[in-house]
Amino acid sequence: MMAVGLHHFLVLSALLFVLGLLAVITKKNAVTVLMGIELILNAANINFIAFSRYVDTDLDGQLFALFVIITAAAAAAVALAIVLNIYKQMRSVNLDEADTLAG
Amino acid sequence: MIVDYVVWIILLPLISFTIQIFFGKRLPRQGDWLPTSVMFVDLLLALIVAGKVFSAYDPDFRIARSFEWVVLGTTTIKFGLLIDNLTAVMLFIVTLVSSLVHLFSIGYMHGDPRYSRYFAYLSLFSFSMLGLVSVDNFLGIYMFWELVGVSSFLLIGFWFEKHSASNAAKKAFLVNRVGDVGMFIGILLIFAITHTFNFDEVFGKIASGEFAGALLTAAGILIFCGAVGKSAQFPLHVWLPDAMEGPTPVSALIHAATMVAAGVYLVGRTFVLYTETALLIIAGIGTITAFIAATIAVVQMDIKKVLAYSTISQLGYMIAALGVGGYNAGLFHLMTHAFFKALLFLGAGSVIHAMHHEQDMRQMGGLRHKLPITFVTFLIATMAISGVPGLSGFFSKDAILAAALGKAMETGTLYHYLIFATLIFTAGLTAFYMFRALFLTFYGTPRNQEKYDHAHESPSTMTIPLIALALFTVIGGYGSWFEELIRKPSLAMFSTGAAQEAAHAAAEGAAHGAHTIAMVLSILFAFAGIFIAALYYYWNKYSAEAVSEKFAALYRFLWNKWYFDELYQATAVRGTLLLSRAMGWFDLKVIDGIVNGTARMTTLLSFGSGTTDNRVVDGLVNWVARIVGWFGATLREIQTGKVQAYILMALGAFILLYVIQLAMV
Repeated sequence: MMAVGLHHFLVLSALLFVLGLLAVITKKNAVTVLMGIELILNAANINFIAFSRYVDTDLDGQLFALFVIITAAAAAAVALAIVLNIYKQMRSVNLDEADTLAG
Repeated sequence: MIVDYVVWIILLPLISFTIQIFFGKRLPRQGDWLPTSVMFVDLLLALIVAGKVFSAYDPDFRIARSFEWVVLGTTTIKFGLLIDNLTAVMLFIVTLVSSLVHLFSIGYMHGDPRYSRYFAYLSLFSFSMLGLVSVDNFLGIYMFWELVGVSSFLLIGFWFEKHSASNAAKKAFLVNRVGDVGMFIGILLIFAITHTFNFDEVFGKIASGEFAGALLTAAGILIFCGAVGKSAQFPLHVWLPDAMEGPTPVSALIHAATMVAAGVYLVGRTFVLYTETALLIIAGIGTITAFIAATIAVVQMDIKKVLAYSTISQLGYMIAALGVGGYNAGLFHLMTHAFFKALLFLGAGSVIHAMHHEQDMRQMGGLRHKLPITFVTFLIATMAISGVPGLSGFFSKDAILAAALGKAMETGTLYHYLIFATLIFTAGLTAFYMFRALFLTFYGTPRNQEKYDHAHESPSTMTIPLIALALFTVIGGYGSWFEELIRKPSLAMFSTGAAQEAAHAAAEGAAHGAHTIAMVLSILFAFAGIFIAALYYYWNKYSAEAVSEKFAALYRFLWNKWYFDELYQATAVRGTLLLSRAMGWFDLKVIDGIVNGTARMTTLLSFGSGTTDNRVVDGLVNWVARIVGWFGATLREIQTGKVQAYILMALGAFILLYVIQLAMV
């Protein structure tokens, strides 16, 4: 039996990150993109906690993860507010159409 | 005390000049009484000074008083007065002749449109001349030297409406300038070596041997250059005959008695400056001048021209006398000459006045009946200048000849014997041409009856000066006071304890031995000259015309004054003109060329710089702008405005960095 080690967590976190990134890059819906961002943040959280558990034995990493969760919530609130405003302006949450800043 | 008198003697004419030049026209009688009376006061003061100086009866009498004039660091230039027996004599001569000429001018210049200015100029001249004989330094003498030059210029050109007069004034000024430049260089040379202008201090340096050798000779010759110009010596004598364009009293005062004698005075005053070599040159120049001028005077027909050449000749005598060491004789002749030559000129002025400004002797004749006073005084002066025994001119000329013979006997050189021979021959010539002028003017039959009939004796303001001068002409040579008081300055006077007196004493002794021979010869030549003149012009035994035709070439040579004017015209004047033209060409072509070239170069440079600015600098700026524009245009393509594209790019960049990181490790 193979014991669960740091590498397992890292791989999981990497997979989660890639999935989040994929969602951020490919999805047209702004809400789905925000969901992707949440995935990326949580991938980072896994890393924090894994490193806290295996590499550094104090609680810094876990505390950081808590902070990330809190900031992610705040960020999600702001982001959703922005998305709502975009929808008000354009009658759509399709990110491809929100290109008025294009050069 | 004496100094105060001298200061007033110098300043009074300056004051009268200032008043006369500004207010002369508004004063009663156009102010002629002011300068005239001032000059007589001056004469009185000069007599008091002379009395005080001579009462000491000391040949070494000297009062020098000076003040610090300019202080330049360690160099102090002092200015002051030097009064000795020579100064006293000169002050007396100048004030006497000047006051009599002032008096004479009242009659002679009567009715002239610039009557008041004439007297102003006379005052200016008197001031300058009196200053010249009183100052104690080279700088001061140079200043007054130029001032008399200016007054001379103004008075020669007094009738400047006449072209010949203004030309003569210019000529006098320019020719004098040649000599004065030499004198100026000489003064600077002296200053450079001795660091002082003061006569006594300079002579002290010479006595102590600090200033000697070739430089001393050069300084002496350069100072003598000034005398050559002012005293109309060969080769700068050409201005004096032309200067006769001025009013005749001016000729008497400035161009006969005083100013032209300033050169002789200068040589006398700075006598210890001259080395043996310099004295040789001085004697030679004087003798040549005396001879040349006398030969020219023989053929002149203008009464004033005869007197002018006679003046040059007599000045040559004085210079030659100083050159052969006859210090006393030269200055003695200066004094007696001042009396009889002023008299001759004033007499000529009286004749010219009577003949209504006719100066040609061919138009005169027989005037002794019409102008008895003028005739008698003129005769006295003529006898004096010819060297008739008993008159002042005889004594002084005799002293000069004795000095020349004494020097010749002492040195035994041919050069000095030649000088003596020339001088004694010139003495004969002098007697001849002076009596020729006298006979032509006053004897014979009137050659211009109309002018003769209108001729009349001059008013008393003109005859009184004649009589006064005649008196001095007669008595001027008597007494031994001059010989005893005006003693040749020796270096011993200016140093402490040097004994060079002996050598000079020996020379004086030789002169005494020569005295008898010189006297006999001079009387012989004088009477020979008079006799020949009488043969031709009084008894008319022979015809002067016949002689002039027989020796036509010689006559033409003399009539054209040895072609000096032509020579100078061809060399100096033409040379100057050519040089000026060359300078003008140089200025037009080269200097202007450089200026124009510079201008063209500047425009060319500006054009180049403008082009660079337009093309290169602006081009660079534009190029930068264009590059930035291109980058902008190119890079705007990636600014899609799509968030996901940006994230993709960030991801790509991250991966790239990661790969680079890996590669580096």
